[in-house]
Amino acid sequence: MDTAPPPPQASPPEPNVYAEVQAGAEFGALRRSFRGFAFPLTVGFIAWYMLYVLLSNYAGGLMGTTVVGNINVAFVLGLLQFATTFGIAWLYSRHAGAKLDPRAEAIKADIEGRPARAAAEKAAPAGKGGAA
Amino acid sequence: MTGTMQLAAEGASDHRGLIIGLFGAFVVATLAITVWAGRQNKDADDYYAGGRSFTGFQNGLAISGDYMSAASFLGIAGAIALYGYDGFLYSIGFLVAWLVALLLVAEPLRNSGRFTMADVLAYRMRQRPVRTAAGTSTIVVSIFYLLAQMVGAGTLVALLLGIDGEAGRRWVVVGVGIVMVLYVTVGGMKGTTWVQMIKAVLLIAGTLLITVLVLNKFGWNISALLGAAAESSGKGTAYLEPGLKYGISDLSKLDFISLAVALVLGTAGLPHILVRFYTVPTAKAARKSVNWAIGIIGAFYLMTIALGFGAAALVGPDKIIASNAAGNTAAPLLAEAVGGGPGSTGGAILLAVISAVAFATILAVVAGLTLASSASFAHDLWANVIRKGKASEKEEVLTAKIAAIAIGAVSIVLGIFADKLNTAALVALAFAVAASANLPTILYSLFWKRFTTSGALWSIYGGLASSVLLVVFSPVLSGSETSLFPDSDFAFFPLSNPGLVSIPLGFLLGWLGTVVSKEKADPAKFAEMEVRSLTGAGAH
Repeated sequence: MDTAPPPPQASPPEPNVYAEVQAGAEFGALRRSFRGFAFPLTVGFIAWYMLYVLLSNYAGGLMGTTVVGNINVAFVLGLLQFATTFGIAWLYSRHAGAKLDPRAEAIKADIEGRPARAAAEKAAPAGKGGAA
Repeated sequence: MTGTMQLAAEGASDHRGLIIGLFGAFVVATLAITVWAGRQNKDADDYYAGGRSFTGFQNGLAISGDYMSAASFLGIAGAIALYGYDGFLYSIGFLVAWLVALLLVAEPLRNSGRFTMADVLAYRMRQRPVRTAAGTSTIVVSIFYLLAQMVGAGTLVALLLGIDGEAGRRWVVVGVGIVMVLYVTVGGMKGTTWVQMIKAVLLIAGTLLITVLVLNKFGWNISALLGAAAESSGKGTAYLEPGLKYGISDLSKLDFISLAVALVLGTAGLPHILVRFYTVPTAKAARKSVNWAIGIIGAFYLMTIALGFGAAALVGPDKIIASNAAGNTAAPLLAEAVGGGPGSTGGAILLAVISAVAFATILAVVAGLTLASSASFAHDLWANVIRKGKASEKEEVLTAKIAAIAIGAVSIVLGIFADKLNTAALVALAFAVAASANLPTILYSLFWKRFTTSGALWSIYGGLASSVLLVVFSPVLSGSETSLFPDSDFAFFPLSNPGLVSIPLGFLLGWLGTVVSKEKADPAKFAEMEVRSLTGAGAH
């Protein structure tokens, strides 16, 4: 119980189960769906934030332009950073709920069901499920 | 949080009884909850991770409570009041940063780790060297952050209570240190989480109340509020544009870019934030908690706009600077003003409430930091490196409690004697170390198949050493009037924030350490980590 990563010997799935799952089509689809969404979005929001920082630093004229009343471009861009942050969080969560969670749960159930199935085949007592 | 205090917040000393009463009520109530939570703690899962039983919403509140320090509450409101737009600009990096945590870190970390950040970093690697490195960087980041809070707490609470003189300030630091150690040792993660949730609710409620009162004074017209603030600032439209604080010279602009990069990449590498993801049962709940945190923290920073510009318009920069040169008392002074002004009962009550909220804010943040650093000492350095995995769970938790007391003692002593340290620079440094040493290693570990032990060690030690050394040789320590040692000059690095150099260096070293080392990454270990981190199979 003391070494932090789960002790492999205590966990029913044999080591090569993970390699097998990793090489499988289901996991490939999950990884593509996760990385294809999260990686470009991360690059995008960091670039958008840095653009805002650079404009604040070096584009004083543009940032000072009045939009309405005492509200200028700088203020609107600042509020837009809030809006995009909320928006991206919402987009990612929608994607994760619809595309990632069902795939992840199916793979997890498959992995955790393996020892029991193997045991059943051998007609030996079933191993424990794995998740704590 | 920087600068020297000049006068006690005007009127504060008249209402000291009320303020102390509210402080006392908060401390007693939270300690009672801590004792209650502590009684339910049975094993290491409870002590380190609150039994993993919190909901996404509860943890989202607690994350907000852990993250919104007095530096955000009082510092950002003050920065907006004095520097206008640049104070607002500063707050945005703290929010956007949460997307890194949401998209890349929270869920995989929850799925593959157990108690500490090092659990994830050492997963595929040789345990002892990587745990030593990750434990060291956890403790260094936490101590910098803790020190900033303690130094700030001393000055701030003394100021809010109207305590004059060095002795009063020191007693405040000692008191804060003792209460935070009690939270952590008695309540563990469960108690600390409740303290953070209560603090977040109080902070949001207090901020919301002042925001409503301010906006009401301006007929809910933001443009009118901005106009009145600009006029009262004496700087005209320049006050509403970027540049008053960060745009003074080419160097200060570069320094701001460095700060911005450190803020946006540092949050997802702060150990006391990362351990919060272990307090929920699943990755899905971890995602929910980050979403709540983004909503709460975002709403809070939006309200600091009203607080900061409101303070400029209704209190005025002269009075704010006279109370505290760095503007830290802008929010309490504003509370007094919107409550009816100095001398009025409403003003006194609101001032006391906002001061008590600031105090609660400090206590919750220091407790979170103490917990994360003592947990890393016990779980990473003691149990896995020194005792080589032979320590029992009971011994590990006992070690964590002793470490919390030791860390509390160290931060009390440092907080007393390091009162000249620039707290804003300390916070920025904590973010820079987190972004340079921790984030590259976390991302490489999770997503790069070839990453090896040498890569992890190069990036942690390289990021840590470069950010700390660059600060040592920066104007923060020497070579300028505002330096810690103004009479010496050994500064050769011009920026006060090291992030612009140390963060790319941390990433570069992680890559270089991997490609030049002879060892090959273990593909089976990577398969295990990747599958577990994305699916939650075998999660604790």
